[in-house]
Parts: sequence; structure tokens; C-alpha cells
Amino acid sequence: MVNESKIWEHLEDVYDPEVPVLSIVDLGIVRTVQVVKNHVSITITPTYTGCPAMQTIEQDIVLKFKKEAISSYEIHTSIAPAWTTDWMSEVGKKKLKAYGIAPPQDEADKSVLFADPLIVPCPKCDSSNTKLVSQFGSTACKAHYQCKKCKEPFDYFKCLR
Amino acid sequence: MTKQQALHKYLLRMGDDSLILSQRLSQLCGHGPILEEDIALTNIALDLIGQATLLLEYSGELAEHRKTNDELAYLRLEKEYVNAILVEQPNGDFGDTILRQFLFDAYRKPLLEKLLDSSDERLAGIAEKSLKETKYHLRHSSEWVIRLGDGTEESHERIQNSLESLFRYAHELFFENEIDELLIASGVVPSAKSIFPIWEKTVNDVLKEATLSLPKNNWKFQGGREGRHSEHMGYLLAEMQYMQRTYPNMEW
Repeated sequence: MVNESKIWEHLEDVYDPEVPVLSIVDLGIVRTVQVVKNHVSITITPTYTGCPAMQTIEQDIVLKFKKEAISSYEIHTSIAPAWTTDWMSEVGKKKLKAYGIAPPQDEADKSVLFADPLIVPCPKCDSSNTKLVSQFGSTACKAHYQCKKCKEPFDYFKCLR
Repeated sequence: MTKQQALHKYLLRMGDDSLILSQRLSQLCGHGPILEEDIALTNIALDLIGQATLLLEYSGELAEHRKTNDELAYLRLEKEYVNAILVEQPNGDFGDTILRQFLFDAYRKPLLEKLLDSSDERLAGIAEKSLKETKYHLRHSSEWVIRLGDGTEESHERIQNSLESLFRYAHELFFENEIDELLIASGVVPSAKSIFPIWEKTVNDVLKEATLSLPKNNWKFQGGREGRHSEHMGYLLAEMQYMQRTYPNMEW
């Protein structure tokens, strides 16, 4: 017998392939889970429009369901409302930091031009003496920073609102 | 023309702008001037291909004979593409690449902002999703225009040359015809005329900061929105469509 809370638990075991410490639930990309007469219906949303991880994530969900002997399901993708980093769980943010990726900072919606670069504390030594290397990092969702104190280069999970 | 036909065509314009610019930027993969820029430009290419996917998917559903986004992207003839001529221009030097991007981003951002209020919910949803990405693109391109313009003598001269050669293509972004009229009347899309002053202000502010000046000549090129492209388009399509033309219907 499957129920919604059981499905949420299963989805906690599906990880983002590009940030393998975060489950898709931590990341906030699972939007809805519905179970009607043992039929599971879930909706996921991409972080970025071109996110190449979406297909892998869908396949990983299918694999997980197979493993749990869940055979009646459908997986939808929806882009609206658009994902924001506010949907990332607090647990997720702690996991990110422990993994060496600075979690999204509380940024007000920025005026795009001529803004000072945001101060992002180093996930290793917590120093605020860091610099933005590039607005674009190893994946669409990250920017590239470097700590001027401990010299560590690190990824920052960009705030998206 | 019905509203559905008009929206199909409007979405093609936006989708083609994203697709063709993405194709241009992805040609820089492994060829960026520095590692960080290589990554930045290809990240932007990825965002744009994501946006193109959403736009062409929707456009294809509204077509008279339903088409998939792959069919639209890879199996049309040159004259069926309706992207602005600006986005098909070659990458040139880094100044050309950045300036082309800046002129486009400065237009795309206010367009998406206005589309948030579209009476078409699905288009408003695509705009909301895309806008978050485009804000980063505009910040990136405008910072580089300033850095190059207000940089060394050589960087200033070169990006001023980029401006001289590319600015003539920018006005086509504000092209309007009966498609727009129909969609504006039903609140689906904003008028290009309402976006122009916002674009113009961004361009003027950034160019001023960059110590660059607008070209003195007033040449304006257009045609892309009606399927008349520059000579560069054919070469771009030959490369982009190669796989689908050689192995029709292939998927991976």
C-alpha cells in the first residue's frame, strides 16, 4: 500500500546528479505528490530551463519506484510557478555548505546593472573576505568564488528569485 | 489570421532568437578567451537552448500541422527561420560576441518582464522562468561592455568597432507587423514600441559608462523576422542541422 508520505520518503533517496549531497526534495524541485487508488502522480520542476539533469532525475525516480515495486505512476514536468532557491530546504542548505558549496544568500531582487557583487562567506573557513571569479560556474545554478583568506576556490549556489 | 496562428508565429520569433544565439555561443565551447568566459558563454547558451525548447514546443503545438520542437529547430529551411539578423552574426572577436549579447539581453529582459502580464498563462510562465536567467545574462554582458569600453586603448577601439558593425542590426528587434497587432489587442504580448525606450535607456547608460559612442551613421538592417537572412545564416544552419539531415529522425 503506497501513500503520499511514503512516496516523499522514497524521493528523499533520489539525488541531484550534479549536486549529489542534495536530494530532489531538499532541492525543492518536487512540487506535488498525489496518490489516488495506488496510482502515484508527481510533478517536478527544473531549476533552470536548460538544466541537463532533468532527464537523469526522471530516470532515477523511475528506478527508485521500480526498486520499491511501485508500478503505477506518472511523472509530470511543470515550469510554472518558476523554481526559486527559496524552495530549497534548510537541511539542504546545511548539506550544501558541508559539501563545500556556499548555499544561496538572502538576496533582494537585484537591479541588474551596476550592482556590487554579493559577499558570500567561504564554506570552508567562513571568512567574508571572498571574491567573485565568475557569475557562471560549473553548472547553470552556480557562480564561481574564491576565498581570499584560505585561498579555497568554491562554488556558490546562486540565489534565484 | 487567427490568434492561434499569430501566437504560433510570435513564439517562433522568440524561439528562433534563442536557438540561433545559443548555437552561436555554443560554437565558443572550448574557444573562450579565458576559462571563466568559456564557461559563462556556454552557460548562457544552455539557458537559451532551454528557453528555445519551451518556446518552440509551445509554437509547434499551435502550428496548423502539429510539429515537435526538434522538427522546428532542425528541419526548416533558411527562409522559414524568423530570428533577428543580429543573433546570427558571427562570433568575431570577444568584443563582437559580448556586444551582440548585450544588445540582445537589453531587449530580451524588458520583453520578458512585460510578458509576465500576458493574458496567455503558458507564455507568462515561460517568461517568468526565463527572466530569472536573462537577468544574469544582461548583468554579465553589460559588465563586459563597460570593462572593454573603459579598459585599454585597444579594447576600447575594438569594442567601438563592434558597435559600429553590429548596431545596425539592433533595430530589427523592435519589428512589428500584423502578428503583433493582433496579439497586442488581446493582451498576449506587449508592443515592441513599449520596450524600445527601456532598451534605449539601458544601452545609453551602459555605453556612457563604457565611454563608447553610438555610430554616427543611421543604417538599419532588417529582414530576419520575414525570413530574409544574412549570408552567415546558411553556414550556421548547415552545421546545426547536419545530424538531422544526415540521419533523419535520429534521437539521443
